[in-house]
Amino acid sequence: MSENITHRTAPAVAETPEGISGQGFFATSIEKAVGLARKNSLWPLPFATSCCGIEFMATMASHYDLARFGSERLSFSPRQSDLLMVMGTVAKKMGPVLREIYIQMAEPKWVIAVGACAASGGIFDTYSVLQGIDRVIPVDVYVPGCPPRPEQIIDGILKIQELVGNEPLRRRHSKEYEELMKQYNME
Amino acid sequence: MYQINSERNQLVVTKLTNQFTEAIESNEIMADMLCISIKKEAILQALLFLRDDNELQFNFLTTLCGMHYPEQQQLGLVYHLHSFRNNHRIRIKTTTDINDPTFPSSTALWPAANWMEREAFDFFGILFSDHPNLKRILNVEEMKDFPLRKDFPLEDQTREDKDDRMFGR
Amino acid sequence: MAEELDTDFWERDFVKTEEPKEYNTLNVGPTHPATHGVFQNVMLMDGEFIVSTEQTIGYIHRAFEKIAERRPFYQVTPLTDRLNYCSSPLNNMGWHMTVEKLLGIETPKRVDYLRIIVMELARIADHLICNSVIGVDSGALTGFTYIFQDREFIYEIYEEICGARLTTNMGRIGGFERNFSAKAWDKIRHFLKTFPAKLKEFETLLVRNRIFMDRTINVGAFPADRALAYGFTGPNLRACGIDYDVRAMNPYCSYDEFEFIIPVGQNGDTYDRFMVRQEEMKQSLHIIEQAIAKLDAMEDKETYFAKDPRFVLPPKEKVYNNMEALIWHFKIVMGETDIPAGEVYHSIEAANGELGFYLVSDGGRTASRLHFRRPCFIYYQAYPEMVKGAMLSDAILTMSSMNVIAGELDA
Repeated sequence: MSENITHRTAPAVAETPEGISGQGFFATSIEKAVGLARKNSLWPLPFATSCCGIEFMATMASHYDLARFGSERLSFSPRQSDLLMVMGTVAKKMGPVLREIYIQMAEPKWVIAVGACAASGGIFDTYSVLQGIDRVIPVDVYVPGCPPRPEQIIDGILKIQELVGNEPLRRRHSKEYEELMKQYNME
Repeated sequence: MYQINSERNQLVVTKLTNQFTEAIESNEIMADMLCISIKKEAILQALLFLRDDNELQFNFLTTLCGMHYPEQQQLGLVYHLHSFRNNHRIRIKTTTDINDPTFPSSTALWPAANWMEREAFDFFGILFSDHPNLKRILNVEEMKDFPLRKDFPLEDQTREDKDDRMFGR
Repeated sequence: MAEELDTDFWERDFVKTEEPKEYNTLNVGPTHPATHGVFQNVMLMDGEFIVSTEQTIGYIHRAFEKIAERRPFYQVTPLTDRLNYCSSPLNNMGWHMTVEKLLGIETPKRVDYLRIIVMELARIADHLICNSVIGVDSGALTGFTYIFQDREFIYEIYEEICGARLTTNMGRIGGFERNFSAKAWDKIRHFLKTFPAKLKEFETLLVRNRIFMDRTINVGAFPADRALAYGFTGPNLRACGIDYDVRAMNPYCSYDEFEFIIPVGQNGDTYDRFMVRQEEMKQSLHIIEQAIAKLDAMEDKETYFAKDPRFVLPPKEKVYNNMEALIWHFKIVMGETDIPAGEVYHSIEAANGELGFYLVSDGGRTASRLHFRRPCFIYYQAYPEMVKGAMLSDAILTMSSMNVIAGELDA
């Protein structure tokens, strides 16, 4: 079976969205342009609590480089990040801390729950473990696994990028979003 | 399989019984370790004796943990001591009635006992007199129960989303 | 008349020492890039110097000891994985050895040597994280990216042996679940051939680096007698000058047949801890080489579990073909075997120090009480004393050089 191996002559940076292009200009909707810019430069906040944090360190390191997807600058300050990556078990003692961090982040913000413990409490069905972080903050993407392989974590990031790229501009002001925030007692 | 140093074990038992006659309740060899039960009133002096005696020299507190004996209605403590110079390990056990769960603190002997005693307090409700900072260490500070007692359930009782059929109940 | 020159102008003390000092409170953690794990330090600061710290831990308390009272022995292995999750096989092997001590199972030599290979690989993996992260905390990120390549290779070796990368749940009570495949041996030999050069590369980045040395020498120094009183074990104690290693003092798993040096530091500062871990990695490589030599010299290449059908799960091929093996498998898994009542304490030299398991069994299917002697929990108490009067940046490096892993701290 012969395969046509096409060598790209120009590096592909990102897919251009649909739009009207001409000599020296390209017109598209603001949503798509902003979505494109945001999704390829997400600044994550690694909220690494336990074993999934070590798999995240492996994802960030040279072998499974996460910086390829635009997440070069990790910030540990919530005020300077867009993506809250909760990796690892969140105990009930840690719940209020997680909520504070989420509230301090500026809109638009996304949350990815990496690992079984963050998604649902994992194997720790005990009195001291929060059974899933969606009991305290709204979550966009769940990555299962204990711990998930770096490829899975990258898959989760790609799904977040899809969400970010397709997000309507007025989503954060919409009624559903306000209902969601009210459910979590956050204004 | 694992060596038992009978000479040293005998030495420890003899010296302890000579020093604290009626406070030593029993001693036995469990697997490969000598295990001595001491009455609560003499425990601090016994530990001090074990640490400072020239022949015994148990300079290292390996660990200390709490225990709950529901049939006898008792709370207990288990100390594991290690003598580096003689390469000898022993286990010391004490018990107290569950309605009077106080033990003397060994923080003055080994600063390592500080957090270990806080953990025993957190899990079992064992109070230590003269402890510099007896607060809960691992659980939430507002918690009222002592989780590692046998009557406390493992799972969170306030969950509503578990389907009992799936969990064999 | 010439003016008198005020020659002692600069000698005068301008700081009025009678003014009372005002301290600020600085909260470090629980989410903080430098605390590798979730624990909190509320520091009272006098400018840049730390006056005192108050620690809060328990932000990842998962109640392992309580869970272990509800799980049969073979189901506690995944819990032990998550204690010091950077070196899970060490914890697994320690637990298996504890249960074997309780049940009176003696493992054959081949199983011991296989276990030693796995444990030393885990020790290398853990020390790699700790040392590269000391570099990251002092600003040197290159070492981290270089050395994680080798950690990925160690993960590949784990995958060949047990199928998982990080939380390995490796082995069984009595041995392993399968013999090491030829591919696993290839990878181990490849690792032994290529890793020393990579380690040397990592060393040249940091060990004689002037900035790194200035940041770590005499930082967080701790005297040996205080370290012993605080229950230090492992590389932190060896950096203070005391050569206590459980592998040498109470040898387990045939470690007494192996030759290795116990590296020891001088004044227990961050640089000593870093160097002790570096040297331990080299000694671990040496131990793995000796183990492979011993295994090559043995004629038996097939044993991978102890022959004790009462407690050791039979291999799956036998379970599906042999009636007796099926019955034993059923009895062991459903908990119909006669577990002896008794108490046992077993400790191993984990990457952070003496990891001990105190197991009390009342003859039932699950443990009556299981207590983990976690080295991180015990030596982290000394942190306020170590950083009293030090500057904040030194305190951060001291914390990362102590290798505090939150899973082991809270359990």
